[in-house]
Amino acid sequence: MAEHVLEVRDLSVEFHTAGKVVEAVRNVSFHLDRGETLAILGESGSGKSVSASAVMDLIDCPPGRITSGAITYRGEDLLHMPAGKRREINGRKIAMIFQDPLAHLNPVYPVGWQIAEAMRVHGMPAGDARRRAIALMERVGIRDAEQRAKAYPHQFSGGQRQRLMIAMALGYDPDVLIADEPTTALDVTVQLQILRLLQELRDETGMGLLLITHDLGVVAEMADRAIVMNAGEVVETGAVRDVLKHPSHAYTQKLIAAVPGQGSIRHSAIGVAEPILSVRNLNKHFGAYHALRDVSFDLRAGETVAIVGESGSGKSTTARAIVRLDDADSGSVHYGGRDLCALSDKEMFLLRRDIQMVFQDPTQSLNPRMSVFQIISEAWRIHADIVPRGQWRERVLELLDLVGLQPEHADRYPHQFSGGQRQRIAIARALAMQPRIIICDEAVSALDVSVQSQVIRLLDSLRDRLGVAFIFIAHDLPVVRDFADRVVVMKEGVIVEEGDVVQIFEAPVHAYTQALLAASLEADPDQRGKHQSESA
Amino acid sequence: MGRFVLKRSLFSLVSLFGLLVLVFFLSRLTGDPAALYLPVDAPQSVRDAFREARGLNDPLISQFGDFLFNLAQFDFGDSLRRQRPAFDVVMEAFPWTLGLAGLTMALVLSGAVVLGALAAIKVGGVFDRISSVISLAAASAPDFWLALMAIFIFAVGLGWVPTSGTGTPWHWILPVAVLFVRPFGLVLQVVRSSMITALSSAYVKTARAKGVKQRAITFVHALRNAMLPVITVAGDQAAGLLNGAVVVESVFGFPGVGKLMIDSILQRDFTVVLAAIMVTSLAIFTMNLLIDLAYALLDPRIRY
Repeated sequence: MAEHVLEVRDLSVEFHTAGKVVEAVRNVSFHLDRGETLAILGESGSGKSVSASAVMDLIDCPPGRITSGAITYRGEDLLHMPAGKRREINGRKIAMIFQDPLAHLNPVYPVGWQIAEAMRVHGMPAGDARRRAIALMERVGIRDAEQRAKAYPHQFSGGQRQRLMIAMALGYDPDVLIADEPTTALDVTVQLQILRLLQELRDETGMGLLLITHDLGVVAEMADRAIVMNAGEVVETGAVRDVLKHPSHAYTQKLIAAVPGQGSIRHSAIGVAEPILSVRNLNKHFGAYHALRDVSFDLRAGETVAIVGESGSGKSTTARAIVRLDDADSGSVHYGGRDLCALSDKEMFLLRRDIQMVFQDPTQSLNPRMSVFQIISEAWRIHADIVPRGQWRERVLELLDLVGLQPEHADRYPHQFSGGQRQRIAIARALAMQPRIIICDEAVSALDVSVQSQVIRLLDSLRDRLGVAFIFIAHDLPVVRDFADRVVVMKEGVIVEEGDVVQIFEAPVHAYTQALLAASLEADPDQRGKHQSESA
Repeated sequence: MGRFVLKRSLFSLVSLFGLLVLVFFLSRLTGDPAALYLPVDAPQSVRDAFREARGLNDPLISQFGDFLFNLAQFDFGDSLRRQRPAFDVVMEAFPWTLGLAGLTMALVLSGAVVLGALAAIKVGGVFDRISSVISLAAASAPDFWLALMAIFIFAVGLGWVPTSGTGTPWHWILPVAVLFVRPFGLVLQVVRSSMITALSSAYVKTARAKGVKQRAITFVHALRNAMLPVITVAGDQAAGLLNGAVVVESVFGFPGVGKLMIDSILQRDFTVVLAAIMVTSLAIFTMNLLIDLAYALLDPRIRY
């Protein structure tokens, strides 16, 4: 059998934190050959990134420590190599790109300099490195590369920054490219462009691609083989078709079942009821930037309207304008016979309880120094008539039960919960106000797939039980398919299409909606290559 | 960039004018300048003549006008004790203070940046602990005590350096050393914490993945990002030195602005005090402008 270009055998990594030892990775083995794509699939905390960091010698020691195992590159042992020789391999033979390219590019140096540095450190003369950097920028699709090489990372868009990271990795035509969640922070249409680029480059250079991701759609689209990790261990490994179509391990089965956007679309039970919230002609400028242009839509009682759009589409701005976290420049929001935009602060205060928000990142939206009981009951202090003081505890426990948490959770603090549990707390907090409308601003975007489906199921049951109406803001369509009655698609501050969820998914009219749908990846390897990016 | 410099200079002029108003009217509030300038036993005729000659009988507002008009020509009037233009007296002292502040801050910055960066590479390491103790002690040491101790040990006891005065490079050693201590301790702490943040950043991880050497990661990638807070604190410390290191200059008999100011206040030489205040505040305004420009130079995201 031929030697694998990269091989990891029985790798175990532990982290020493605050008196505890966490085994982040246990006995992980995999190998990668030239020209193939291996995906490591896992949710947060599964150890997938730690495994990749170990290959790149990026684990800080302390607190991390590789306790056992071997990592070989072309038969050479990477773990017991002199530091100088080890460094020669990084960036030259094995290169890596990361999730958040803005943070991973140095903000104070020009991008051309940074790309050239990857070659200079391995001995290429400065002039050659500079010329090659510009050629690489052109190759990854940066126009006017000669000029743009002098620009700084903040002067590029998210997709362009990831292209720059890729250019930086390609300097010496590496044998292995490790891509750690390379498209997670990107819009769907941009994601597909970047994935296509990686595929092209892999075929062109014959490098092996090690793709680390939580997204089954990305795995289905890109990988030849896949390994599935859970809680630091490899639970399943095989050809991507076998893994996704015939998973043998219970965890993989659960993961695949949780992928949003499968099965038949539920048909809306909402008839032609009167709208409870009418948004009309909202406009908002940020300086010269026109963020919202005549945004109008209705929300009926007990209905879920999804607002879908990519970054900069104005979907969050719309939500903030409705609850008047930011005032719109013009337009109206009619609720209960009154225009929210025209109310004084005092009048708005009385209506605020009716419209509550749940934000994207519960780690930031929940005060870390308040217990769950305090977080949920805080608003009752302000709106004193909702729950009488003596019944606070009882009501908090009811709410916790409603969102699937335990009574003993009331006295804990946010950091003691997982991401999904924290979002449940945020939902309980919103429900405490007995709202008629809840606005979820990307409320499930930061959650793992399996947790995401649980939270959506929770929201679904709350809608049925309590009759709350939802405005559900999301950047990708599949999540919306399982939950929304109607969908509003936004682009650059304009509603480009609005319709029933079945119509949007089965017969989209506007080209942009079609492009969004075409770019959404499904967890089905048979759909590979059928997705199109907008500009392709 | 040019517009920014212009705008900032105009703002500086406004604050400078405010300072002038304050200094002028406050000095008049303290009483009749004739009473302050002249000896206590001066006869009334001398006082009247003085008032007439100085225009002190004019309305206050026209006195202020004259003061501003003269100021525009850097004419603060004559020093009463030295019978020379006050501005000349200050400009004789100012280069000494500038030299002292410049030399001290150059040493502070180079020492603190190198030590702070090295300490940050291995947090909690032996080197880090030693530098933490040193910086804490240095940042908390009172300079008048240090100055006296330094003279006691190195000048009087060991006789290595002169106790005070100027003339040889040896005379600079003790003042610079004593002034160095406090800013060094403070700046070292800022460099260390700012470098720790920078070294744990994502772009440093990228540099490691590229195969960049640790030295280049520390001094090329992390350091430039870590410099902004360092410059802020260092600028603050430098302003203190430019203002005249009053205590240290007095203790070492160093002929800078700080010593001149104290001497002039004691001698009631108000024209000199006024001139000294104007010159040092101009110097501080200029330095703040340079610091703002340094920000923009270090961080391309800052554009004015």
